This record gives sequence, C-alpha cells and structure tokens, in this order.
Amino acid sequence: MNTKKEKKSILSNGAVQTLLASLFCIILGLFVGYIVLLIINPAGAGRAITSILKNFLYFPRPEVALEYFGSTLAKSAPLLMCTLSVLFAYKVGLFNIGASGQYAVGAGFALYFAIHFNAPWWLCLLLAMFGGAVLGAAAGALKAYLNVNEVIACIMLNWISLYAVNTVLTEVKESSTTYTLPLRTNNPKALIPHLGLQHLFAENRYVTIAIPLAVVFAILVWILLEKTKLGYELKATGLSVNAAKYAGMKEKKNIILTMAISGALAGLGAGFLYLSGIEQWSCAQTAVPNMGFNGIAAAFLGGIHPIGAIFSSFFIQHITSGGAYVDKMVYCAQISDLIAAIIIYFCGFVLFFKHCMNRRIQKAEEKRAKAAQQAASAAQKGGE
Amino acid sequence: MALLLQYTIIYASVLLLVALGGCFSERSGIINLGLEGIMVAGALGGALVMKFLPHLPSAGMVICVVLGSVVFGMIFSLLLAVAAINFNADQTLIGTAMNMLATAAATVFVKAMNMAEDPNNVASTIQYIEQKKAFTIVKIGGFEVNWFMVITIVLLIVANVVLYRTRLGLRLMACGEHPQAADSVGINVYKMRYIGVLISGFLGGLGGIVYITAGVSEWKFENGVAGFGFLALAVMIFGQWKPNLIALAAVLFGLFRALSNVYSGFDFLASLNIPATFYKMLPYIISLLVLALSSRKSRAPKAEGIPYDKGQR
Repeated sequence: MNTKKEKKSILSNGAVQTLLASLFCIILGLFVGYIVLLIINPAGAGRAITSILKNFLYFPRPEVALEYFGSTLAKSAPLLMCTLSVLFAYKVGLFNIGASGQYAVGAGFALYFAIHFNAPWWLCLLLAMFGGAVLGAAAGALKAYLNVNEVIACIMLNWISLYAVNTVLTEVKESSTTYTLPLRTNNPKALIPHLGLQHLFAENRYVTIAIPLAVVFAILVWILLEKTKLGYELKATGLSVNAAKYAGMKEKKNIILTMAISGALAGLGAGFLYLSGIEQWSCAQTAVPNMGFNGIAAAFLGGIHPIGAIFSSFFIQHITSGGAYVDKMVYCAQISDLIAAIIIYFCGFVLFFKHCMNRRIQKAEEKRAKAAQQAASAAQKGGE
Repeated sequence: MALLLQYTIIYASVLLLVALGGCFSERSGIINLGLEGIMVAGALGGALVMKFLPHLPSAGMVICVVLGSVVFGMIFSLLLAVAAINFNADQTLIGTAMNMLATAAATVFVKAMNMAEDPNNVASTIQYIEQKKAFTIVKIGGFEVNWFMVITIVLLIVANVVLYRTRLGLRLMACGEHPQAADSVGINVYKMRYIGVLISGFLGGLGGIVYITAGVSEWKFENGVAGFGFLALAVMIFGQWKPNLIALAAVLFGLFRALSNVYSGFDFLASLNIPATFYKMLPYIISLLVLALSSRKSRAPKAEGIPYDKGQR
C-alpha cells in the first residue's frame, strides 16, 4: 500500500512532470536536429551533435576545460537574466519578446557610462537595469493604456533600440574597428569584481560575481512571484484583468510594473555580459541580440520556473557555446541556434505531454479502483 | 521620384501579401506570429529555384520561382497548423520558435550548400543578378513594372472575393468568431483552420521572395527579413483585418520603408542632415505610433488565439 502511494506521488508531481517533459523536449530536439543535419550533409552529422553537447569538454586537458567551463558560466549568467525576464512576464500573462531590445538598451547604458563617464561597475549595472526597465515600461504602457499587442510593440521597440544603441555607442567605439573600446584598458573600474572566483576556474578572468548574483536574482524572482502580495497581485492580473480590477487591484499599473521589472532583469543581463569584459558591443550589428530569444527558449525549457531556469539557461548556453567547436569544414556554428529553435518548438507541446501523462495516470488509477472494487465485491460474495 | 514610387509599390506589395496571409490565418482563429519565418522559408524556396535553374526562359522563371516560394511557405506553415490546431500549443510560442527556426535553418542550409561548392565560401548568401531580370515586365523612365506587382493586385482581388463572396471565406470567418457555433452547423473547424494557416503560408512565402528581390540581387540569409513579418502584422491590425483597408495601410508603411532606401536622393531630405539610422528606424517608429492610435478600438476576430475545444460552449 505504501509503495503504491509513493508511485502515484512521483508521477503526478508537477515538478517531476515538468522535468520529464523538458528532457523529452531536449531529446526530441537533438534527434530532429540530427536528422536535419543528416539531410543537409550526412558526413559528420553525429560528430557535430557530440561537439555541441561536449562544448568545453572538447579540450582534453582539465585546466583548459575548466577555464572554458568558466567562460560558459560567465555567458550563462546574462542568459539567465534574460530567461528570468521572459518567465516573469509570462507568469503575469505577457509575452516579453522584447527582452532582446531591453538587453540592447541595457548594454548601451552600461557601456556608454562605463567608457564615456568612467562610471564604476555598480553604477553601470544600476543604469543598465534602469534602461531596460524604461523600455519594458514603455511596452507595458502601450499595452495597458492603448491596447497594443505587446508582442508586436516589443518587436518594433527591439529594432528601434538596436539602431539607437548602435548610434550612441558609435561615440565610444575603437577608431579602427566597429567594436566599443575594451573596458580593461579604458576603465578597469567598470569591470565587475571577481572576489577570488577566478581561482576556481583556472584563473579565467571573465568569471565574476555576476554568476552568483544571477542565481540570487533567480531566487529573488521566485520569492517575489510565490511569497509576496505583489507577486500574487501580478499573477492575478495575468490570469484575468477584469477579475483583478474587480478585486480592487490597479490592473494598468500592474501590467506596466511587470514589464518594467521584466525589462530591468534583461537590462541587468546585458550589464553582466558586457561589464565582465568577455565581449565588446559591435556598433555595426544588423540583427537584434540573440540573447533575448534564447531566453525564451530557456524559460520554456525550464518549465516557466525560476529554479528550472537556472539549469535550462546553462544548458542553452552550453549548446550555444558548443556551436563554436563544430567542424567548420562541414557546418557552421549556427547549428546550435537551429537545435535551440527546434527545442523551443517542441516546448510548445509540453502541455500536451503533461495532459497525456495525467490521462494515463488517471486511467491506471481508474483501473486499479475498478479492480479493487471487483475484489471487494467478490470478497463480499464469498462472505455471504 | 520614380525610384521612390517603385520602392513604395514593391514594399507595399510585400506588406500587403504577408498581411493578407496573416488576415486569413487570424480570421480562421489562429494567430500567426510565425509570418517572419514563413517569409524566410518562402524566400529560400524562391532563391533556390533561381540558383539551380538559372537558364529558364523568363515566363518559366517567374512561374517556377513563385511556385518554389509558395510551396516552401506552405510546408513551413504546416509547423504552426499541426502544433496549434491538433496539439493546442501556445500560438505565440510556436510562432516565435518558427521565426528562430527559419532563420537558423536557412543559414545552416545555405552555408553548407555554399561550402560544398567552394570550401572558402562561408557566407550565407545566394546571388541572383541575371535571374532577377525575368521579373521585370517593362521599364517606363526610371520606373520598373514588375510581375510581382501584378500578382499582388490580382491576389488582392481574389482575397476580397474569397473572403466575402464564397462559402469557404464565410465559413472561415465563422471559425474565427465562434468556432463552436460554426461546428454546430456542420462546418469542420479543424479543416477551416488548416486552410487559413495554409493560405497564410502561401501568401507569406510569396511575400518573402518579393522582399528579397526588391532592390537587391543577393540575399544574406543570416539576417532573416529584419522584422518585416511583424511590420506586416502591424499593417494587418491597422487595416482592421479587412483586405482593402490592409492594402491602404500597406501603401502607407511601404512609403516609409522606401524612404530609408532612397532618402539621400532627395535634396531637401538630405539637407536636413538626419542620420541614416533614423530612416532605418522610421518604419518601426511609424508602426508603433499607428498601433498606439488604432489598437484601442480594434476589433480582432473573437476566437483568435484560443485553441478549439469542442466541449466548450
């Protein structure tokens, strides 16, 4: 009897179901990606998939692998922030496809103040948050007051902010290239401190306190959503605007606030990346940064849960970084984008998977109940 | 001036085709945010035809390129149809995934194809300088009349007739307004929604090839279509899901998009000394403004975005 009860609790547990569904999405995504690669070029498809999955393990020497593991983590932190941005908005019923634009604006604020005004790192991070929040709030206000579909508004804002940031950052770029001036030589004060973390990763200087900070933010988002009155109100607004209004909540303010928080998270993500010095902004970018879109992938892969997001962000960044180790004679690095896109596509089926799982459990339970009933009635008959 | 007019008409054609696609899909009850991806797929289909059949006579070229892009667009739109109609998936999420998928898949595919031909060529670009000439019907002064403009006008008329004058169109609209009621009078909602999405694949794919042959003679697939699918959605909302209004909106948006291509040819615009990036932003800014002004009283199909549930009332 005891074991039966446990069995039931494991499979019908929401977290376990989410985990199973996410794993299923990853496996299906990798499998379909493999087939697509086979169709494009059968030679080396298997190797390409393994090098994407191996990423830093590509290097046989453990110190080197550890160093590149550090780099992957350094890039996972900004992705985690974008993921949190997307999932926070989604929990409140808004689809923040504008995380990319908010991320771009965050990068613009952080780098401009870091290079032009020699601001310290913490101020740059705060300003990056502020920039993202303003852009997010703009999309939220358009939604709340003018009923503009937030997805389309965000896409338009993405492109506007990309061009605007390119224009502004051109003022602080290297004269010979399209990249912004490196922080290490121009304003080392703007680099996020390590606090000794780099020693853990073979002296990788890109490993900063941004990584633990991102995890802290994931936990904060979880607390905000699940344990506070504000989080409850925001979620209620997401479920039904009219019901929230009826219950006396300020539904318009809630929508704007949600998008502002969401934008602040994405903007902070950009600060985490560019203020670690791992990358410089290219002022000739013609495409909106991919980080925000990968954030959508990671948010859904993590089952729209802040703690799940930590793992899914790492996984998505892991395969994105792994794209760099693909045999360049056969494929290009973008196959990791392709696989990430396939995984998101399958994430759309998660609800269906869960539905199927629940139905099977229900059926099995019904069967068991029926058998028990029959046994009981048989026993009764025997007793007569 | 002729150049501005030509670009305006060609961009308006693209926006009109894609927005009509979105209109058919939403009228049947499925939000199609994957139009951007469908455009990329269609563009890839057409470009591949031009690449591998470069010596077709001009009539054959036009027909084959249109067929190639339409077929690619429709196949790609099936991804949305299956997920949203049969599996009740979140339509916003699926649309986003399709956009990412199309750009990534096209990049990987074109790069692999280029590398197979020449190992040093790692660009994601397809060229079609000679092939493109087949699309021109006649040149009047600086203005080029192009087959795609003719096709667009024909399709606008067809769309009007199909949507408002045929059984199919009326049934399709019923499924976007109240699918349960439509079902109760014997309309197959699933079939109608499939038709709606496939029409959007047809028109979106066609719009994709028109877009990449407008003004340029090679396309870098890494860039996708730069948000044009979403501009088309803005056009559709501004046009209130009605083909003729969509056509007017498309001309307005096409004008602003064309300005960013040719503004330097106008003395008074060039003398204003506005940076080039501003003109690049202009279509997006305008669409945001227009949406802000027109969304308040917009009347979207009632059941759009809601998976059809037979048991609901």
